[in-house]
Formats: sequence, C-alpha cells, structure tokens
Amino acid sequence: MNEHPLYLDGNALAGPLGEVFAVDPTTAWRLCPSCRLPATVAQLHVYGPEPGLTARCPGCAAVALRVVTQSEYLWLQLGGGAGAFRFTLPPAAP
Amino acid sequence: MGDLSPGFRGKARDLMARLPPGQYPTESFPVLSAGPTPHIPTDRWSFTVTAETGESRTWTWEEMMALPQEEPTVDIHCVTRWSKFDTRWRGVPLDAFLDGVGTAADFVVAESFDGYTTNLPLEDVTDGKAWLAHSFDGYALSPDHGGPARLVIPHLYFWKSAKWVKGLVLTRENEPGFWESAGYHDYGDPWREQRHRGD
Amino acid sequence: MHGWRRARLAERTKQTATGRTLRFEVPRWPGHLPGQHVDVRLTADDGYRAVRSYSLAAPADADVIELGVQAAFGGEVSPYLADDLPVGAEVEVEGPLGGWFVWTPGDPGPLLLIAGGSGIVPLMAMLRARLASESDDPCALLYSVRDPDEVWYAAELDAVGSAGSAGSVGGTVDVRRLYTRTAPDGSARPPGRMTERDLPVLPSPAQARCYVCGPTGFVEHAGALLLAAGHAPDRIRTERFG
Repeated sequence: MNEHPLYLDGNALAGPLGEVFAVDPTTAWRLCPSCRLPATVAQLHVYGPEPGLTARCPGCAAVALRVVTQSEYLWLQLGGGAGAFRFTLPPAAP
Repeated sequence: MGDLSPGFRGKARDLMARLPPGQYPTESFPVLSAGPTPHIPTDRWSFTVTAETGESRTWTWEEMMALPQEEPTVDIHCVTRWSKFDTRWRGVPLDAFLDGVGTAADFVVAESFDGYTTNLPLEDVTDGKAWLAHSFDGYALSPDHGGPARLVIPHLYFWKSAKWVKGLVLTRENEPGFWESAGYHDYGDPWREQRHRGD
Repeated sequence: MHGWRRARLAERTKQTATGRTLRFEVPRWPGHLPGQHVDVRLTADDGYRAVRSYSLAAPADADVIELGVQAAFGGEVSPYLADDLPVGAEVEVEGPLGGWFVWTPGDPGPLLLIAGGSGIVPLMAMLRARLASESDDPCALLYSVRDPDEVWYAAELDAVGSAGSAGSVGGTVDVRRLYTRTAPDGSARPPGRMTERDLPVLPSPAQARCYVCGPTGFVEHAGALLLAAGHAPDRIRTERFG
C-alpha cells in the first residue's frame, strides 16, 4: 500500500462537482486539447487532497480542471488557465 | 509557588501556542500534490530570477550550492490543516538571488518545473524570510517533497513554498498563481487563517 | 444538485483486521446502482468538517445502505468510522454519486470484475446484483489480496463457489482469489502478483464489461493486462483509491 496515493480518479469528483451540476458530471466527455486523448471526468487523474483538487488528462497530464472546496463556496476552473468560477453553495441543512 | 519547578513551561501548552487556528500538529510529512512528481536531475537543474524589465540571471546547481548556505529550523503549516514543528532545512536565502537585481517590482511569481506557479509580495521573500532549500532533516530533498530544490517560506501556508521551483519572476502587478487563481487566498497567512479568497 | 442526509449507524461488521462494513439507515434513500459511492461528512465540535468517499457494497435495501470502510493508519476519517463511531449515532451522507463506474442489472454481455484489496467493495455490489438478476451471461470475479486474512466477504464468496483452476467461464458466476504474498496451504498457485494467466477467459472478451477497483498501481496493472488480453478499452471501467 502506498503511504501517499499517487492520484485518485475522477469518480471522486462526483460529490464535489455534484454540488453545482444538475446531471452527473463524471460521465461528461472531453477531448484533451494537448494530446487529443478522449476521457470522461471519471477517467481523469485527480491529485489532492482537498481543499484543492487538480484533475489531469490520463494521457499527457495536462490540467483539465481544478476544484477548490470551501464551506460556503465551490471554485471551478475548467481547463488549464485562470479565471475560476466561484459558486455560492446553499446553506448547510440544520 | 515561585520555587517550584523553575523554568518549566509545559511542552503541550508551549506547542499549542505555536499552532495556528484550525491546524493540528503532525509528526509525519504528508504530501500535497497537484500533479505527477517531476524528476529533475541536478545537472539539468537551474534557477532563474527574471526582473520585470526582462533582465534575468541564472544559477546552475553547482553555482547555487557554492552560495552561502543557511540551516533554518522552522514550523510549517499546510492548508490541508497539518502543521509540523521544528522542520530542519538547508538552503540559500532568497536574498542571495534577489540582492543584485535592480527592480521596482512589488510582487514575485515563483515558477516550477511542472508548471505550478504561486504569487508572493516581494517583501515576504526578502530579509531572511524565505529560502531555496535542497536538504530536509540532513538529507537531499526527495522528489515527492519538492526536490531537488523547493521554496521554504514558513510564515505563509505551505502551498506558497513551491516545490520543484525553477525561478522567480518579478512583477509590478500581483498575478495570482495556480491555486490563487482558483480560490486560494492571495497572501495565505496561517495565523489569520487566510485559506481562501475573502478569508 | 445534491444534499446532505442524516445517516444512522445500524450495524458494523468486521471483515478483516482493518476492514469493516457499516450499515446505515438513511430515511428516504432514493436507491442507487451497483458501483456508486457516497460521500460521508463528519463534523467536529468546533465546526470543522471532513468529507471522504466510500463505496456502496450492496444493492439498495429500502432505506439501508452498506458501506465498506478500510481503516487507513493515521487517517482522519476512516479509523473513526471503522472503530469509534457508536452504533446508533449519526453522520451525514451525500449520494448516490457517480454514473461512470456503475453496472446495471440488464446490461447484456459477460461481466468481469477485478478487485484489489478493499477494492472488492463496489464490485461486491455488482456481484450481488448480478446474483440477484436473471442473467445467465458469464460473470467472473478475480479478487487479489495479500494473504488469506485480508479477504472481505469470505463466507459469502465461498458460497458463490470457485472454479479454482484457470479455464473458461461458463454461464455461471465464477469467483477466484489470488494471493500476492501468502497463499493458504494447498494452493496450486504460488503467491505473486496478478499475471495474464490469472485472468478468467471469457467467451468473447471484446464484448465483456470489465470493472477494476483497487489501489492506483493495481488498477494500472490490471488495465494493462485486460487490454493485452483483447478487452476493449471502452468497456474497461476503473476506480482507484489511495
């Protein structure tokens, strides 16, 4: 057993991204703009741990998205650039 | 009571005073990663400081190792909530690379071999507050902890201490880095719990 | 859009020295598909929260869900769930989550499940759903563990039966274990890492749906073996954990 997991996969993003998507985000499909490898979100390699998760192309490791989790906000950066979206999460249930 | 156990401070209480809010102390050294670990041989390593004018200066591994070395022992604090006390590093204070640079910049962006970036006020990496470290606990810094060389800036959350660092770029404007552009705090003071933008 | 639900620990079962299955009562649980997971959220007195993902180990049973928890040494959440959370106490769960690593009863074609260690958990949900279905398509589970003490669901898997030796899989469910470090006395196969010879041979590999779950290194290795054996890349679905 690795003391430090190398990475997880995008299945682990179902919960965090599910906070802001109406349909399951892990089956979303994408062609990597760097190496042309197609992959679903579930197949991306995810590095972490929280609060910052980086999902990368399983072929060339180019950044596909970043998620930063916060109690009131979720930050989502699609692609490798800057300009993340900040989503306001609904207040926690009592 | 003044004559009882003089000089005793209480270890646990003493350590708690060194623990920023929301942190827990750990003896281990967890790895926080944003991508695959790059393996940079020292004969292909270099460190470049680029001023906002475009002027730059580069050090090879041997040139860096020939600079005066320091051995800071510092507490470090990770945004994933662990803190580690009395970590022992060996490396070169960043002043050694920055002192000769003529600049009017107020900020600096640290860049790494894997594409990672992080932004800092220039005044936070000068005057002995930050190091380029190549050894940890007496041994060469391992790749998973940022070897062959990383920044060590202990007064800020540890994502600011870029692993696999390859250079500093001086900037007039504050340019958010890899995590700062995705919601992390621009400055990252653990004592003010500046984890996220707006904290 | 999801929401957190309260979940009450109803029962804890020891599977291995560090592996537990936990059954939680979750009022108005909407049901789930085999392979899906939930996120579990713990909240400390000072408001600090920790969230981790755990696989669902069984098909939905009304308002009761079963999770598999492997306690990680020094971990923040898993040792608490494995040993400290009192029966009757509540945590929060969100889910079901994930639409990729799922098998739906009724999906046609052979089914090949490959588990490494506690990676058995989501595959157990698939196996149980397959056994409860009317499918007569071939199904095989290959379960890699370090030694006999690390087998989860040992009695249940024994009851499903094992073909024991290599060979093609018929219309029934075939369960095989392989041991990487210590094999039980009398095992024909010496302990060692999974190889291409360990893979169950399905009648039409290119048509088989393959699900692999385990540590990252195991999943990479198993995926490579499956591709070399003629399985179709778009029919191999994987889930990695730390």
